[in-house]
Amino acid sequence: MKFLPGLLAFATLAGCAGGLSDDEARQRAERVFRESFSHGNRQMAAKVEQQDEVQALCTRYRNEPPKDVADGIERSQAASIRYPASGKLLGDWRQGEKIAQDGYGLRFTDPDTQRPNGGNCYNCHRIAPAEISFGTIGPSLARFGALRGTGEATQRYVYGKIYDSQASLACSQMPRFGHNGVLSEAQIMHLVALLLDPESPVNK
Amino acid sequence: MPFHRLLAGMLAAAVPCVCMAQQDTQKEVERYRQLLAEGNPADLFEARGEELWKAPRGPKQTSLEQCDLGLGPGVVKGAFAHLPRYFADTDRVQDLESRLVTCRVTLQGFKPEDAAKNPFSAPGRASDLEALASFVAGQSRGMKLDAPLRHPKEIEAFQIGEQLFYRRAGPHDFACVSCHGENGKRIRLQDLPKLTDPGDARKIFTSWPAYRVSQGTVRTMQHRLYDCYWQMRHPQMDYASEASIALEVFMAKYASGGEISAPGLKR
Repeated sequence: MKFLPGLLAFATLAGCAGGLSDDEARQRAERVFRESFSHGNRQMAAKVEQQDEVQALCTRYRNEPPKDVADGIERSQAASIRYPASGKLLGDWRQGEKIAQDGYGLRFTDPDTQRPNGGNCYNCHRIAPAEISFGTIGPSLARFGALRGTGEATQRYVYGKIYDSQASLACSQMPRFGHNGVLSEAQIMHLVALLLDPESPVNK
Repeated sequence: MPFHRLLAGMLAAAVPCVCMAQQDTQKEVERYRQLLAEGNPADLFEARGEELWKAPRGPKQTSLEQCDLGLGPGVVKGAFAHLPRYFADTDRVQDLESRLVTCRVTLQGFKPEDAAKNPFSAPGRASDLEALASFVAGQSRGMKLDAPLRHPKEIEAFQIGEQLFYRRAGPHDFACVSCHGENGKRIRLQDLPKLTDPGDARKIFTSWPAYRVSQGTVRTMQHRLYDCYWQMRHPQMDYASEASIALEVFMAKYASGGEISAPGLKR
C-alpha cells in the first residue's frame, strides 16, 4: 500500500485533522496577504488587497466556476463593455503591433504615468508570424482575420474580447484590458486592426 | 549538457529576432562561451558565502557557524533539503532566507531591519544574503528535497500558500496560477513550470538560488517571488514575508523528492 501515507497526508491537509477549514484558510490568507506587502506603494497595495467580485469568485472556484456563477460573471462583464461612440472599431494595425509588443505599465517600477500602458499580447499569443518570440498561454492568433473574417460582427467580437475577456469566458486568464482601464479605447481599436485589417502582417 | 541547451536556446532566441543587432547577438554568444569555459559563476557566490558564514561580524562580532538551520546548531550540510520548516524558537515557519536573518539577529546582534537589509544585489552593490543563501543551498546539492509538513503551523502555511497561489488581483487579474497552472506553456520563449505538477516542481523549485545570466548575479527564491509579483502588477513584496514563505511551503510539497541542484544557472 505504497500510496496510503500520501492519502493520509492529503486527508490531513484537507482539514480532517488539525488543518484550517476552507473558510479559515481563506481568511488567514487574506490577512497574511495584507501584511506581506507592507513596505510597497500603499495605493497599489489597496488595489490588490480589495479584489473585485469577479476576481474573488475566480479565486474561490480556482478559475472553474459552476455554471450559474459563470453565467453571472459573463452577463455582468458583457454589460460593462463600452464600444466606441463613433461606431468605428478598426484602428491602425502598425500601432497595434507596437502595443502588442510593449510590456510597459502598472509595475511598481513604472512611474511614468504619461507613457501609455502596453498590452504585452505576444507574451501569451502568437500573432504576426514574423515574431517568433511569442508565448503559448493563449491561443495562436496568426491569420486571425483571414480565417475568421473581417466584418463588423468579428470586429465587435474582438473589441469585446480585448475589452473584457470574461464577457465570453468566465475566469479566462486573459486580463480585462478595457474593463480594468489598462488600455484605452483607441489602443484596443489598434489591436483590433492588428488582428483584422487585411493589410496587417497577421493576415498576410 | 545543460550549458549546450542553454546556448542553443539563446541562439534560437536571438537569431531570428529582427530587433536585435547582429553585433549584440555576437556579444551575447561570447558571454555564453565564457560561461561554458568557466562553469557556473554561482561558485563564486558560494565561496564568498562560506567566508561570510565563518567571519565574526555584527555588534557581537560572532560568526554564523552556530546558526540552527533546522538540523541543530552548526549543521549546514543537508539543512536546505529540509526547508522551509517550523522553528520552535521563533514559533513560525521559516525558509532559508528568513532563517539567515534570524541568525544574524540572534548570533551577530544585528537589528532586524539591518539583518534583512540589501537582500537583492544591484550593480556595484553585492548582497551578503545572496552569497549566504548560495553557500547554504550548495551544502545540500545532490540531496533530495524533504521539507517537513507535519507541524500544525507547517500545514497551515501550506493551506495559506495554496489560497495565495490561486488569488487573482490587480489591474491584470493575475494569480500565480495564471502562468504556472498548465504544462508546456511559455511566456515569450521562456518555459513555465506547472508548479502543482511534481515533474515540473521537482526540477524548478530545487534549482533556486540560481545565477541569472540576464542579471549577472545570483537570485534567490525570495527574489523569484518578488519578481513574479512585480510582473503581476502587485506592489513590492516584503522580504521573507509570511506570504512568500507560505508559497514556498506550498511549492515544496509538490517539489518533494526532487534533487537539489542549487545554486543553478538560468537565463
